[in-house]
Amino acid sequence: MSREMTGAQIVVQALKDQGVDTVFGYPGGAVLPIYDELFKQNDIRHILVRHEQGAAHAAEGYARSTGRPGVLLVTSGPGATNAVTGLTDALMDSIPIICLSGQVPTFLIGNDAFQEADTVGITRPCTKHNWLVKDTARLAGVIHQAFYVATHGRPGPVLIDIPKDVQFAMAPYVKPDKAPRLPYAPRVKGDPERIREAVELIENAQRPIIYSGGGVVNSGPEASRLLRELADETGFPVTSTLMGLGCYPASGKGWLGMLGMHGTFEANMAMHDCDVMICIGARFDDRITGRTDAFSPGSKKIHIDIDPSSINKNILVDVPIVGDVKNVLADMIALWRERGARTRADRVDNWWRQIKEWRSVQCLRYRNSDKIIKPQYALQRLQALTADRDRYVTTEVGQHQMWAAQFLGFEEPNRWMTSGGLGTMGYGVPASVGVQIAHPDALVINVAGEASFMMNMQEMSTAVQYRLPVKQFILNNERLGMVRQWQQLLHGERYSASWSEALPDFVKLAEAFGCKGIRCDDPADLDDAIREMLDHPGPVIFDCVVEKHENCFPMIPSGKAHNEMLLGDAATEGAIEAGGAVLV
Amino acid sequence: MNALRIKRGSSSHSAYNLRPALKEGEERRTLAVLVENEAGVLARVIGLFSGRGYNIESLTVAETDHVSHRSRITIVTTGTPAVIEQIKAQLARMVPVYDVHDLTTEGPAVEREMALVKVACTGEARVEALRLSQVFRANVVDTTLESFVFELTGAPEKIDAFVELMAPLGLVDVARTGVAAITRGPKGM
Ligand SMILES: Cc1cc2nc3c(=O)[nH]c(=O)nc-3n(C[C@H](O)[C@H](O)[C@H](O)COP(=O)(O)OP(=O)(O)OC[C@H]3O[C@@H](n4cnc5c(N)ncnc54)[C@H](O)[C@@H]3O)c2cc1C
Ligand SMILES: Cc1ncc(C[n+]2csc(CCOP(=O)(O)OP(=O)(O)O)c2C)c(N)n1
Repeated sequence: MSREMTGAQIVVQALKDQGVDTVFGYPGGAVLPIYDELFKQNDIRHILVRHEQGAAHAAEGYARSTGRPGVLLVTSGPGATNAVTGLTDALMDSIPIICLSGQVPTFLIGNDAFQEADTVGITRPCTKHNWLVKDTARLAGVIHQAFYVATHGRPGPVLIDIPKDVQFAMAPYVKPDKAPRLPYAPRVKGDPERIREAVELIENAQRPIIYSGGGVVNSGPEASRLLRELADETGFPVTSTLMGLGCYPASGKGWLGMLGMHGTFEANMAMHDCDVMICIGARFDDRITGRTDAFSPGSKKIHIDIDPSSINKNILVDVPIVGDVKNVLADMIALWRERGARTRADRVDNWWRQIKEWRSVQCLRYRNSDKIIKPQYALQRLQALTADRDRYVTTEVGQHQMWAAQFLGFEEPNRWMTSGGLGTMGYGVPASVGVQIAHPDALVINVAGEASFMMNMQEMSTAVQYRLPVKQFILNNERLGMVRQWQQLLHGERYSASWSEALPDFVKLAEAFGCKGIRCDDPADLDDAIREMLDHPGPVIFDCVVEKHENCFPMIPSGKAHNEMLLGDAATEGAIEAGGAVLV
Repeated sequence: MNALRIKRGSSSHSAYNLRPALKEGEERRTLAVLVENEAGVLARVIGLFSGRGYNIESLTVAETDHVSHRSRITIVTTGTPAVIEQIKAQLARMVPVYDVHDLTTEGPAVEREMALVKVACTGEARVEALRLSQVFRANVVDTTLESFVFELTGAPEKIDAFVELMAPLGLVDVARTGVAAITRGPKGM
């Protein structure tokens, strides 16, 4: 017979048994018993954020940079509703986080009680699964199940809503291995027959491309290692989505850069013209496919994905393989070697010649200036000055995010944390906090736009409190740059509400938070200013004043095909038709 | 008289089929979904359909195994084959779902629906209503001097047809259960 405990003690014990060392949270009436138990122990560290959205993004940053689930604790009502954006973000990007929310006592549920919200109702569509626990005896089992669901199959956010009386009541504790089993049993091994078909396609491919995505990061470091083996031994070119950056090293010989709407010319052209596409843990998102009926029309498509609903959702594929990337790649590479490790090397060489021609377009070229800092230049300098460090980068959402994806190079997975699917401005600051908590000695940089930065900048206070030396690298164009770019290209240059007016003085703001502020507006001073930021042992807000009207290219306008890419300002006039404007 | 405003529909099955005609390229499928009977499971399934814009023609649910708390949801839906495949994959990946079966393709399957049909009429119409109910093998489960409640079981088209025939005779109310379905033959799901 296991020990009886209160519900609140069960919560803390279950978290410990799940290996949790950090909880991001914010207290309130409905979670006070749990906070009381956290107070009495030292194994789990509680990080007090400044807004529950921040707790969710911090947990995401923690999770993405470690491969372990992130945990947040919020109170009922407004605490839970504030976490909703973060949960939705984690759902879209397949990030495992566990949200514990307090709820009014069971006997008040449905009464419009103080700080009551239908939290499981509100979060049902934005979690992978959620639970309202009305009986303390079920609490431990549900928490263990929640960790299982968050981290198995396609990872995602889960929420456990715990009424206050359930936190006080006594029940026996249940250990993780005794938790009741769920129907949920995702398939992790690929079908050998399909894997054989895939190997045959690989052997005969003349114009192959590996299209890798966030699923490789989700699958763990072994998956990235296998991806590198496959790419380097076959000599096939590799591109990746925004979510997959780092799975294949930017310095690797097969690397084509990111693909998609703001991806490189060579990656998109190769996707369009390939004869065999090997999609590994990516989901044919609309930022990738552009016009679906013109997407890579001549290729045979292999798709490895752990979630059967990702397969044939947007694009019909020829060889679907349901399974975990690391297992499927291991089996695939083993079979390919067993059959003689064959490729059509001469044809693949020709293909590379074509790719090099595309590469010679130098699609990321921009006109530099010695008077104004170009955002691309700022990122090139940041890259140059940090390339030798094991560096973690988070971003906000907008042009700066795309430039960061284009101009920073990632050598390892789990080093790049960005909001891809939901595109949540305000993600980066709290995510950088979560990453720094997980990696106290690492260099953590949030590449931000000034508008996004202001959406969750209250978390600088968290950074200062916990002495987290996060570097906020703000590319300040005094514009909602990405919106401004779309208005310029799609809405007749009517710049409706896309200014950042009345901006604060970011240096003074930094000082007010108790951290260091740096401002730089001269390209000649930039290197020194960046070094000053890197050398400072504490958190820094770096206000990098950049060109206001720079556009992010290349760009495939919504609703266009991969080979209809815009390369620079000159090419853009009249390039986007009215029909494209309805798409996002 | 015709309180329910039932129009004679254009039909691919029979002259009396009132169900909307399928759109070009769409199919109608009957899915059986075995789920853990936990709180909110039905809201989850319905939320999936509304959130992703899938159609529900009918949905029935009840616990079918009281010991292990499993419920069986029968959903009749329409969509293109690609959408139907998505619906099945989306259902199958839900945490409380054990199994999803497409009875239309795995069939043959028996599909039955039950309806309660209230008709208020007197005189000749009343006699006609009763006569027709015998043709359809409906049971009279309530009667007054000026009304009947008929209980009728059958394929949805049969119920459509009966309801349509009752319309001019004094149809007042219809309650339908939606389709329950099961495969023919000895094998279980
Ligand atoms: C302003 C803006 C612009 C953008 N522009 C671009 C762009 O130009 N290019 C671009 O690429 N993206 C862009 N994005 C991001 C884009 O919206 C998507 O988030 C991204 O393309 C999705 O990446 P993914 O396909 O790798 O999928 P993810 O969202 O990372 O999904 C991973 C897939 O892998 C599967 N998976 C998960 N775990 C495993 C496992 N263990 N084994 C097997 N499979 C697994 C999942 O089921 C899922 O299908 C942009 C976003 C923003 C905000
Ligand atoms: C929460 C939220 N609101 C609105 C948007 C729409 N949006 C996308 S990018 C962008 C502008 C971002 O401006 P900034 O952070 O300054 O970055 P820049 O594009 O200038 O680099 C906006 C408003 C969003 N992605 N997220």
